[in-house]
Parts: sequence; structure tokens; C-alpha cells
Amino acid sequence: MSSETSFALLANATSLPWAALPEWPAAEFVRATAAELDRGARLCAWFGVPGDAGTHLVAIIAFDADNTLAAARSAPFAGHYPSLTATHPQAHLFEREVWEQHGLVPDGHPWLKPVRRTDAAGTAPANGEFFRVDGREIHEVAVGPVHAGIIEPGHFRFQCAGEEVLHLEIALGYQHRGAETGLAGGPHRATLSQIETVAGDTTIGHATAYASVLEALAGTEAPLRAQWLRALALELERLANHTGDLGALANDVAFLPTSAACGKIRGDFLNLTALLCGNRFGRGLVRPGGCHHDLEPARATTMLERLRVAVADTEQAAGWLWDAASVRARFENTGPVFAPQATALGLVGPPARACGLVRDVRYDHPAGWYRLAQAPVAVWPGGDVYARARVRWLELQRSGQFLLEQLATPPDGPIFEALPAPACPEPVSRAPDTLAVALVEGWRGEICHVALTDSAGKFRRYKITDPSFHNWTGLALALRGQAISDFPLCNKSFNLSYCGHDL
Amino acid sequence: MFALDTLTHRLKRGCETMAYPDGPPPALPDRHGGALRVDGARCTDGCGACIEVCPTDAITRPANQPIALDLGRCIFCHACISACGPAAITPTGDHRMAVRRREDLVLGAAGGEQLRLAAALDEKLRKLFGRSLRLRQVSAGGCNACEADTNVLGTIGWDLGRFGIQFVASPRHADGLLITGPVSRNMELALRKTWDAVPAPKIVIAVGACAIAGGPFVGRPEVRDGADAIVPVDLYIPGCPPHPLTILDGLLRLLGRLETGDRAPTPR
Repeated sequence: MSSETSFALLANATSLPWAALPEWPAAEFVRATAAELDRGARLCAWFGVPGDAGTHLVAIIAFDADNTLAAARSAPFAGHYPSLTATHPQAHLFEREVWEQHGLVPDGHPWLKPVRRTDAAGTAPANGEFFRVDGREIHEVAVGPVHAGIIEPGHFRFQCAGEEVLHLEIALGYQHRGAETGLAGGPHRATLSQIETVAGDTTIGHATAYASVLEALAGTEAPLRAQWLRALALELERLANHTGDLGALANDVAFLPTSAACGKIRGDFLNLTALLCGNRFGRGLVRPGGCHHDLEPARATTMLERLRVAVADTEQAAGWLWDAASVRARFENTGPVFAPQATALGLVGPPARACGLVRDVRYDHPAGWYRLAQAPVAVWPGGDVYARARVRWLELQRSGQFLLEQLATPPDGPIFEALPAPACPEPVSRAPDTLAVALVEGWRGEICHVALTDSAGKFRRYKITDPSFHNWTGLALALRGQAISDFPLCNKSFNLSYCGHDL
Repeated sequence: MFALDTLTHRLKRGCETMAYPDGPPPALPDRHGGALRVDGARCTDGCGACIEVCPTDAITRPANQPIALDLGRCIFCHACISACGPAAITPTGDHRMAVRRREDLVLGAAGGEQLRLAAALDEKLRKLFGRSLRLRQVSAGGCNACEADTNVLGTIGWDLGRFGIQFVASPRHADGLLITGPVSRNMELALRKTWDAVPAPKIVIAVGACAIAGGPFVGRPEVRDGADAIVPVDLYIPGCPPHPLTILDGLLRLLGRLETGDRAPTPR
């Protein structure tokens, strides 16, 4: 419960002074964070802030039921600290990342190895040792980094007994472009375009989080009509990707009617985003202070007409999928993740909601236009491929309905207002020594951006957490006890971002 | 009864594959802008307004010369167009952008205001690949947008298979690579190995601003600023990401299946 917490509270898309964060010695900070997680909080971000006297650990947690976020930090230190992962697995990748970036060693971490660091030769990620199952009947299957289709690279290492997967370890880092490290000292001229390509299929999601952070640091928010436009674009992004995912799932069980239809309809949704801003992925639409393009009445009418057609087409294509017994037989009980596992791992987005967890930033921590208009949270029990497909289908319907309603009732006003400049040593529109947090429910789940400014209002630290960072381990768990031939199907049912993870 | 439903649906919809290249190409979105035209002669003395707003440093202006815009580095954000008073940089609305030589992407000099489009492969390679081209795709730090808009060419609307072009699951089965992403250092080894595994003769196609020059990540120490730092590139397709039509145009142009500069029907 947030009312009892000793963390500093803040709402989504707001900021607070760095000095307002409670600070404890590292061991006590880990204990305090563990206590909050035990009380039902969820870890959104965990990262280091280097300084002269050592590195601060920072925790951003969410009390979903109370619609509030909270933040705290450790005193600066170097060397070892007691691992949070040992009791709360949702911290496991965060602690590996902090170890890799700042050299802070979490004592008791069960699997401490690199996340995305380059190896000694400088031409591949340092994967470290892989977990191995021993036994005369056991064999190992290695897949990737380059995959068989047109997909991003990553390495999958399976431990199998015959067809059965006993363990899957996922080694990423191949896509590391310095998307986060490059932001220190920023924002720079290239920052917005880098943010838009953190995960290029989630351009609107990440750009909205970034813009919200800058607006929070300036103590302002975008004009209402810009918030409306961002919500439209975010839901279009969800429609396009979820439609593509349903098609891909159908393809992986050789159900070609839905696969063929969804491949085309996905493009229809992307073209609606292009109608708004010229780019099928929403590049150049969102910027700090508002939006770059407006949806004039004539354009809105065109969008509404084309949207109606695309939504109806999706309904038809999805209908075939749910009607086919052969599809159901392949989806049901394949790749299950159970609700307690999902909670322990801190899964977000459709994989979490497919375990029955009501977890959606638009509902739990509404910001921007979602304070004024909402769609019901799509939840399905079961945790298997079928549930993940069902959640996507529910969200397709609800996002479609949301868009049809919102397009009919546009707010008036400007779409952009330059960020004001608060009193700063330099004329920059960002408060100094301030921490801002923005969560956005992208189509894959919770996107978390955290900015900490220095005394001049520049980024001292910028932390990006793509939903995939939370969810990759969910995929690994889903494969346990499954046939290895079901890996593509399970993988599609998560459809996680490689570059969003690798940054 | 899904079997009946799907059949009825297919009959009702008919063939959904576009007529292009036999018919006209689909229109680009009106706000897309297509390729840029750069009239360096229009630049006013000492002006560098476009240079200051370009996020990828795609524009340079050597002393006493007109500006040079590198369409390979360009992410088509149009910031330069807004910043330019004398309208030296203008969108053409043309989807055709692929070139064979890196230097052909640099626009601005007199006579070089617009792109010189890609020439076809020489006759020997055309004979080999013209009617059957198998490509292995390598994403090397790509953000999944170039990948997605390459993938879309395989859907029923575009039907890349009708041109004999196919993406294959092994470099051993491939005639070449299609590379996306700025080539992250962490993908360098994997890209080299994939290239080595493709039997000669082989070609390389770089799709998107990242694969051509590093895109938004140009200059970051974690990336190699484009595919030609690692392998020789035969075709550059600009964009962030390029529209599927731009990618298709590039592939067909390379195979000599489009006449240069006009839209003559493709021989079937």
C-alpha cells in the first residue's frame, strides 16, 4: 500500500526534485525495496546513477492499485551489495545490467552475467557461460543470432531431452547501439530520432514517453489536442502490431487464410499512421511540446472511413481463426506461464494480462489523453499461446472502438506549444537536479522512461525500460516442458523486441 | 463454417495483389514527400540553417560552395525543408530512390540536384539473378521498421514471389544479403560469417539510412555506421524506413526489370 511507503510518491508523467528521494545505505535500500515489492508494488526500473562518491542505485516502483509511482535511492557506493533478485526475481536483469554498467556486484544473484557488453574481440556480445543440463540423453540446440526469417538477431540455447525443452536460455545484446548511454549530457540534436528507433515498431510509444518526460521537466504538458493525437497514434500502433501478430500466429500453425489477410490489414493500419504523419511507423509525429502534424477534419473523415473497413476486415480474419478447431488445438496449453510466475517475474503487457493480471498503464497510471478516455483492460486467464492471442484480439476490438469514438469527438486547440523555460542557470526548458518518470502502455506493454537532470538541466542519466526487458524471461519459462518445435509459435505469441532490450 | 467463409471471402475480394509494375504504382502518403531535390544554386551566401537542424549531419557546406545533402544519411525528418528560406531543399514525391554507388546519394551540385537512379546489374549477373534472386536478410542493429517494411513485400498486396525474389532461411541457399541496421559492433562477426557463407557470385543490398550510413546512430562508438564498413554494397535504398514501394523499385531496378527513368511494363 502506497500510504505506508517510505518512498517518495509521484504520479505518472510528473517530476520531483532529486533531493526529495529518500536515501538509504545500499543494504537498507534493498531491504526497503523488497518490503515495498512484498506489499504489492512492482519494479518499473532499477538503475545506477554514477557520481564522484560512487554510484547511487535508484528504484522506480509502481503501486498499480493505488495509481501511483514511487522512487527512492541508495547512498553512493562502490563494490558489493545484497542482491534483490535473491528474493525478488523481477530484479534479475536489472541487477545484471547495473553490474555490467557500474560494476556494483549483487551478492547472491543466481545468474550474474553480461546483458549486452561487447566481447574482448569487439565484434560480438560477451554471452558468458550458458546454463547446461548434464546427462547422456541430453542435447543442446543453438539458434541464432541470425534467424531464418526477416527478424532481428538474438541467440537461443535450448537444453533438450529428445523433443522436450528442459531449459531455454536467451542471450541478447547483438542489437546494442548505445541508444541509452548516448543520451547522457543530452538532449542532443539526434536524440528524438534515436528515441523513435529504440524499438522502431513502437515509435509512438517511446516518443510519447520521451516527450512526456521533457514536458514534466519543464513543468508543463502538451496541448489537449496533441494528447488526443498521440493517443490516436498509439492505438493505431497497437492495431497494426496486434493484427500482424495474429497473422504470424496463424502462419505458424499453417492456418493461411488469417495469415494472408492479416498481413495485408496490418499494412492498412500502418497506412493510417502514414495518413496522419507521412511515415508508416509514426516517425516525426510526436515531439516535446506536442505533435508535428494535425488531423484536419477532411483527413479525420478519411481516416474514419478507412478505419471502419480495416476493423471489419480484422474481425472477419480473426473470426476464421477462432472457428478453426485445428488452430485451437495448437494454441491451447502451448507455452503456458502461470500467474504466480508472471507476478514474480514482473511481466507486463499482453503476456501479463494473458495470465489474468490486470496490469495496463492506460488504466493503472493514466496520463495524457487516457485521463479523459479509456478502453477496458483486456484480460484472459490461462497464460498459454491461446490466452496471449485472445488478449491481442480483445485489445484489437477495444482499440478499434476507442479510435472510432475518439475520431468522432476531437478536441479543439493548438497541437504544439514550445516548452517554457523555468529559472535555470542556462536558458533550457528543463528543471535542474530533477527526476521525471513517464510510463506509456505500448503495444508490447509498459514503456518506462526516467530522466535525471544535472545542475544545468541536461540529462545526467536517462533510463529506458522497454517492455521486452521485463518479458524475455517469460518466454524462456513458457518453453519449459514444451516441444522444441513449438518454439516459433511461443516466440510469436510474445513477439518481443530485440533492439528495445539491447538499447 | 470457416472453410466456406474463407472461400467466399477470397472469391469476393478477388486478386488483391497490386497491378504495379504493369500498372501505375500505389500513391505515397501525401505527407511522405518521397525523394528530395536539392538546388544548391538557390542557397544564400553564408546560410547554414539546414545544417544546424539536421539530426544526422547529412548536410554539409564546404566554403564558397552550395550545400551537399547526403540522402544516404537522411532520415527524411524534413527539418531542413522547414528551415530553408529560399526553398533549396524540396520534396519531389517520387518513391524511386535506390542507387548503385554511394556517391550518387549526395545531392546539391549543379546537375546533381536529383538522384541518378540505380543501373541494373551487368549482363552476366542479370542472367544469373534476373529471374530468380534468393536473399538472406541480416538485421544488424535494425530497429524492426526496415525489417517490417521488407517483410511486407511478401504479403498478398505486394507478392514479391511473382518476380522470382525470395527470402531464404540459409546463407548457403542465397544469392546475396539484404542488410538493415547500422551494423552494431555486436553483429559484426555474425554479419561477416553470413557473408562468407553465401556462395559467389553474390550481391549486397543495404536498406535504410542505418544500413547506408548509421542513421540516427551515426558516430556512436557501438555501431559501424553502415554495411559497407564490413561488406561491399551493390545497392543502396534510402529511407527511415524506405517505403515498401521504394524497396521494391530498388530490387526490380537492380535486376533490370524496370527501365531507367520511366515506367515501361516489366517483361514477364
